[in-house]
Amino acid sequence: MTEQTVRAPQTVTRAPRTRAEGEEAYLEVTDLHVQFPTADGRVQAVQGLSYSLPLRRTLAIVGESGSGKSVSSMAILGLHDRKSTWISGSIKVGGKEVVGMSEKDLMSYRGADAAMIFQDPQSSLHPFFTIGDQITESYRAHHNVSKRAAKARAVDMLGRVGIPNPSRRVDQYPHEFSGGMRQRAMIAMALVNDPKLLIADEPTTALDVTVQAQILDLIADLQRDFGSAVVFITHDLGVVAEIADDILVMYGGNAVEHGPVEKILGAPLHPYSWGLLESIPAVSGTPGPLHPIPGSPPSLLAMPSGCAFHPRCEFRDRVGGDLCRTLKPELIPRTADQGRTSRCHLKEPDKVFETEVLPRLP
Amino acid sequence: MLLYILRRVISAISVVIVTVVCSFLLFFAAPHDPAGVICGPKCTPERLKDITNSLNLDQPVVEQIGLYFKGIVVGRDYSAGGVTRHCDAPCLGYSYILGVPVTDLLARAVPVTLSIVIGGATIYLCFGVLIGTIAARVRGTTLDKAAVGTSLVIGSVPYFIVALVIALYATFLPKSQYVSFFENPFQWAAGLLAAWLCLGLTNSAQYTRYSRASMIEALGQDFTRTARSKGISERRVVYRHGLRAAMTPVITIFGVDVAYQLVNTIFTERIFQLPGLGTRIINAFNQYDLPVLMGGVIVGATVLVVMNLVVDILYTVLDPRVRLG
Ligand SMILES: Nc1ncnc2c1ncn2[C@@H]1O[C@H](COP(=O)(O)OP(=O)(O)O)[C@@H](O)[C@H]1O
Ligand code: SF4
Ligand SMILES: [Mg+2]
Repeated sequence: MTEQTVRAPQTVTRAPRTRAEGEEAYLEVTDLHVQFPTADGRVQAVQGLSYSLPLRRTLAIVGESGSGKSVSSMAILGLHDRKSTWISGSIKVGGKEVVGMSEKDLMSYRGADAAMIFQDPQSSLHPFFTIGDQITESYRAHHNVSKRAAKARAVDMLGRVGIPNPSRRVDQYPHEFSGGMRQRAMIAMALVNDPKLLIADEPTTALDVTVQAQILDLIADLQRDFGSAVVFITHDLGVVAEIADDILVMYGGNAVEHGPVEKILGAPLHPYSWGLLESIPAVSGTPGPLHPIPGSPPSLLAMPSGCAFHPRCEFRDRVGGDLCRTLKPELIPRTADQGRTSRCHLKEPDKVFETEVLPRLP
Repeated sequence: MLLYILRRVISAISVVIVTVVCSFLLFFAAPHDPAGVICGPKCTPERLKDITNSLNLDQPVVEQIGLYFKGIVVGRDYSAGGVTRHCDAPCLGYSYILGVPVTDLLARAVPVTLSIVIGGATIYLCFGVLIGTIAARVRGTTLDKAAVGTSLVIGSVPYFIVALVIALYATFLPKSQYVSFFENPFQWAAGLLAAWLCLGLTNSAQYTRYSRASMIEALGQDFTRTARSKGISERRVVYRHGLRAAMTPVITIFGVDVAYQLVNTIFTERIFQLPGLGTRIINAFNQYDLPVLMGGVIVGATVLVVMNLVVDILYTVLDPRVRLG
């Protein structure tokens, strides 16, 4: 447990990795449901989510706010309050089942096997403890070492995430750090125990654009060094192209499309993904008109029947037999390509995309 | 940091000075015949002359204030009954009615009041924070509702009713009296126990609610989620991360609150017959003992100002974000 070898940073440049056959999943989410009983009824935040992720791979989860991205990833760390949350399904991390894990097992699991960085580093760090104190605490939670050794480790980690002068910064408080430096410190804290799964929940949303790019690079570099699996939550499709291997598109608590990043960004199969593409500004940088998806996200208290997206979908009348309103589509391959799945009844979605959607993209 | 403290000390001193000047004007310059009032009902012409002379009441007000401050800083002489007495600094005047220097009188009363408040405040702070924290942890449960309900009930019973109940029913408590801590710490504590309980009980309700609200807020913060995600025990999450954040506002309220308790113990002292500041000031009030009242005002103002200063400094220690204030 006290392994402290520093891996030499590899110098390979980033190349799109294709999913090797039989690559073993480190994270495996199966039919995950997360519900919150409230006075108004059950909030069905996640409804039957399944995906898997091997080591050394980055999965981007995208979707409108409220689609269940954070709720599903907090479940991976077992962070939901047992009493007020109803969870079913399975989440396996490195072979350990997290759903229903005892408080004691959760303690040794959290931070060691999987760690998380959050959207707002300002509020996610404790304002009254020094950065070093907070990192050391994480390290000592899983390593039986002296305070001095833990602090040395903290300084080392701060250096590795690119914080200048780490031996001085380690004794400073979060408010003495800039936003970007705070997020770096947060990353150092998450990685201090060398977890094999890192979940980053919109880690750059609260930061300046220039700082965003640096943090993205940092996460990509560290992932290579640490060889971990990364779940990267974002609603910025531009970010996705830079960092992810795979994309999972979430809508109303469910995955609607899943596959390799270049395919899904290049030619998505689900009408909701088409809407997302249309709603981002032109990649060329010329500010074109934005087309937000008409309508609003579904109520998680009373989900629409059939396909959750049907009230907002312009293609629902293309599907015969009123299927969109009556039958919830499965997340399965919809084209000859077995490596990508989509939850939509539409026939030949690749052709529809090419002939009807592609021409109107900015 | 030092500069900050220095600035605060200077402003604190100026507040006290302004208070002294204002109350001096109120007590000695405004009344028709301050000498007559100070002299009391059994006044003789010689005594009246003594008073007028030694308080320089025949001189301009500015002169009088100057002499009063001089007394505070270096001491001064008073003549009473043909004898001239020296009143050491910090001299707050001389009570012609009681025949003692005001400083001596108050110096004997201050430890009593301090003892009452320190003991009572310790009880209500500890008790309130403990119950409030536990209630926050189990919020929504029967235990939480019981804690909140009880604190609401206790908090809405008037103070003197609680005091009365303790005085009437808690007869197993030691007799209320004041014995100096340095004389006998056990008797000191025993004699003050009833007063402490009364103060502690009535105020703990309020602190239960503060602590509970503050703790619930802290436990809902992002940094609590971060703490949980580290793999530390729930106990550590609550009592290290949560409590540290939740206590900062509570301690701030506590500091200011203790200051007010110190100048408002009249009830407690009266009910439990303890010779503290409040008792002295009430007596002085009934006897129109202006010098004692004046001294009481100064002590009270100083206590408030000092406690506010302590709270501000404490706050910079508790919250690193304001350290460079
Ligand atoms: N503790 C909770 N109680 C009730 N509803 C919740 C709770 N946490 C999240 N939700 C709801 O679950 C839905 C999904 O939230 P979230 O996963 O945070 O969305 P996002 O995709 O933006 O991260 C939202 O509608 C949110 O209001
Ligand atoms: S299933 Fe029907 S409604 Fe749902 S996205 Fe596909 S076409 Fe649209
Ligand atoms: Mg979110």
